[in-house]
Amino acid sequence: METYTVYAPKLVTRKEYFAPGHRACIGCAEALALRLACKAIGPNAIIVNATGCMEIVSSQLPYTTWRLPWIHTLFENTAAVASGVDAALKAMVRKGRREDKGVKVVAVGGDGATADIGLQALSGAMERGHNFLYICLDNEAYMNTGIQRSSSTPFGASTTTSPAGKVSIGQVTWKKNMPAICAAHNIPYVATACPSYPFDLIAKVSKAVSIKGPAYVHILSVCPTGWRSAPDISVRLGRLAVETGIFPLYEIENGQYKLSRDTIKRRPVQDYLKLQGRFRHLSAELIAQIQERVDREYTQLQEKARGHQG
Amino acid sequence: MATKTGVEVSIAIADAVKLANADVVAAYPITPQTHIVEHLAELVANGELDAEYIPVESEHSAMSACLGASATGARVFTATAGQGLELMHEVLYVAASMQLPIVMTVANRALSAPLSVWGDHSDVMAVRDTGWVQMFVENGQEAVDNTICAFRIAEDRRVLLPVMVHVDGFYLTHVIEPLTLPEQAEVDKFLPPNDYPLPLWPDKPVAMGDFAPPVIYSEAKKAQEVNLRKAKQPILECWEEFGKQFGRYYHPVESYKTEGAKVLLFTMGSFSETAMTAVDKMRGEGKEIGLVRLRLWRPFPFAELRQAVKNADVLIILDRALSYGGPGGPVASEVKAALYGEAKRPKVVSFIAGLGGRDITVSGFEQIVSRGIELAQKGSEEEYEMFGVRE
Ligand SMILES: Cc1ncc(C[n+]2csc(CCOP(=O)(O)OP(=O)(O)O)c2C)c(N)n1
Ligand code: SF4
Ligand SMILES: [Mg+2]
Repeated sequence: METYTVYAPKLVTRKEYFAPGHRACIGCAEALALRLACKAIGPNAIIVNATGCMEIVSSQLPYTTWRLPWIHTLFENTAAVASGVDAALKAMVRKGRREDKGVKVVAVGGDGATADIGLQALSGAMERGHNFLYICLDNEAYMNTGIQRSSSTPFGASTTTSPAGKVSIGQVTWKKNMPAICAAHNIPYVATACPSYPFDLIAKVSKAVSIKGPAYVHILSVCPTGWRSAPDISVRLGRLAVETGIFPLYEIENGQYKLSRDTIKRRPVQDYLKLQGRFRHLSAELIAQIQERVDREYTQLQEKARGHQG
Repeated sequence: MATKTGVEVSIAIADAVKLANADVVAAYPITPQTHIVEHLAELVANGELDAEYIPVESEHSAMSACLGASATGARVFTATAGQGLELMHEVLYVAASMQLPIVMTVANRALSAPLSVWGDHSDVMAVRDTGWVQMFVENGQEAVDNTICAFRIAEDRRVLLPVMVHVDGFYLTHVIEPLTLPEQAEVDKFLPPNDYPLPLWPDKPVAMGDFAPPVIYSEAKKAQEVNLRKAKQPILECWEEFGKQFGRYYHPVESYKTEGAKVLLFTMGSFSETAMTAVDKMRGEGKEIGLVRLRLWRPFPFAELRQAVKNADVLIILDRALSYGGPGGPVASEVKAALYGEAKRPKVVSFIAGLGGRDITVSGFEQIVSRGIELAQKGSEEEYEMFGVRE
């Protein structure tokens, strides 16, 4: 990917399919991720959106941010609705009622919609092999409803339903590994991305959307409102998540792991944690525990990627 | 010419969906609906129906997939029952308020707990206010005919609403009945292709399902309500056209031997056929009893109902569902409400029976009628009476 970076800005369309004028908070990286992803998806697509921040900020009758055909129905059923769109396109193209122009189906949901309440619908749609891309915009909590924990909230983060307190460290569980869960469905393409690496994100979404069958892209999206971070450092925070190894960028293509950037010298997790109010309460001991876990998981990931090279 | 053959009603319903040339079927198995979707899977597997069959992982996803497929412009069918309908609950409202013309057979089933796979109308009543057009059928022929009509009603530009056809579980779904499957050419003549006005398609991007702030929500709901009420006219026209073409006529409220009857039984669904036999018997004995059957459940046929019962003194309503702690059978309470403003109205007696697959025989209906007359005469402290229950 790196080699393209210099030229990439010229290759990216200036067209906006997720148009400006939406209601996201200042510094919202979910909105940034979605805007970039839509550039990669292009105009020949149908978007199915779960309830959550991006649905709310982009749609309020009678306005819309969307320049693509877009449907929102409920919180947990996005992959199932996308299944229906995919099936309808297949049937109607076959029966000659729609032009066969390779319309893409893209489902978009937050981490809550994806890893928690909509996991069954997503699993079903992946297992059935629908031709669709599922994008998870992971801001590590239920932000739309006021920063409640999800199974994607990291260990130690304080949220409104996993608050740090006199006898609590905040979230006591470790982040659910959604990419691994998707990969376990033996789908052709799984990737992680972050809008702090825009060309990597665009390249992955482009690839994902062109693949036949289910594809899954998990995008870490900094949320200044929920993370209690300054709105002007969202891009930097995303980079730190990657540089510390907390959120590594990789692809799993037909089961083969490939690191998008192997951080030989990772930064200490503290560099990332200290900029966010949600981790403010963490003791040195807990930070050491997080560091240890990140080191171990990162090494495991490197081994998986190396194993596939050999 | 279409000829009469003996066929299981579930199979016939699936064949009707084939005749309607559905594009997408998304369904999940549950007794007593399963034979319908099994047969549809078979029709698709054999290339007899050119459709995408989505074997979803739950009913919630079945109805959700129907939303997506319908919004894309496909002709969409699903079927469910009891617990499955309940699992869909949240999605049902969306189908109606987003004006997606999905057709669904509900093989009416009791609700847990205790678990019962057998029939009653608890599932129907729980989805009463979802905004769907809903109708009851009494036998296999009606199920076939109204499955075809349901597509035409749902997809009518003046309607664009999902339609539920309520078919009693086991009593109808699992019986073999002599019935006529219309010829394909006849169905094609009756049912034009689905032409959904604003489908999801890149050439003309539409946004569907935006959220509504308080300044607009009430208006959206009012428009939905007006639309459902106005659907009655297209429904009547559809049934009229169907009658002209196929010779079988359907009406929102249907009367049987009501001439001169001061006492009327009131039923819906498959029990109506037993009730007719009971009415025949009682008429034979010189009793002036008639039967009124409710076919159209939503939009509720107020005018037709008032007309049908206006000369009666006693109206004995048989519900197959409970409204716990409430005013009696759900249909009985609606009928009471519909008649409340009438200057002359019959005394309404509410019975609940036939729960969880318990049968009501001809003699059962006779007992209900005589008990109903007794209650109407002497009055009752209770909102309703449960028939045939051991205390
Ligand atoms: C069935 C149901 N349960 C709960 C909700 C309330 N709800 C709406 S959005 C949301 C959280 C969304 O979180 P996530 O998917 O992570 O998206 P985000 O807002 O963080 O982008 C919740 C709990 C709902 N709409 N539907
Ligand atoms: S709460 Fe977070 S994710 Fe939601 S719009 Fe604001 S910044 Fe974006
Ligand atoms: Mg979230």
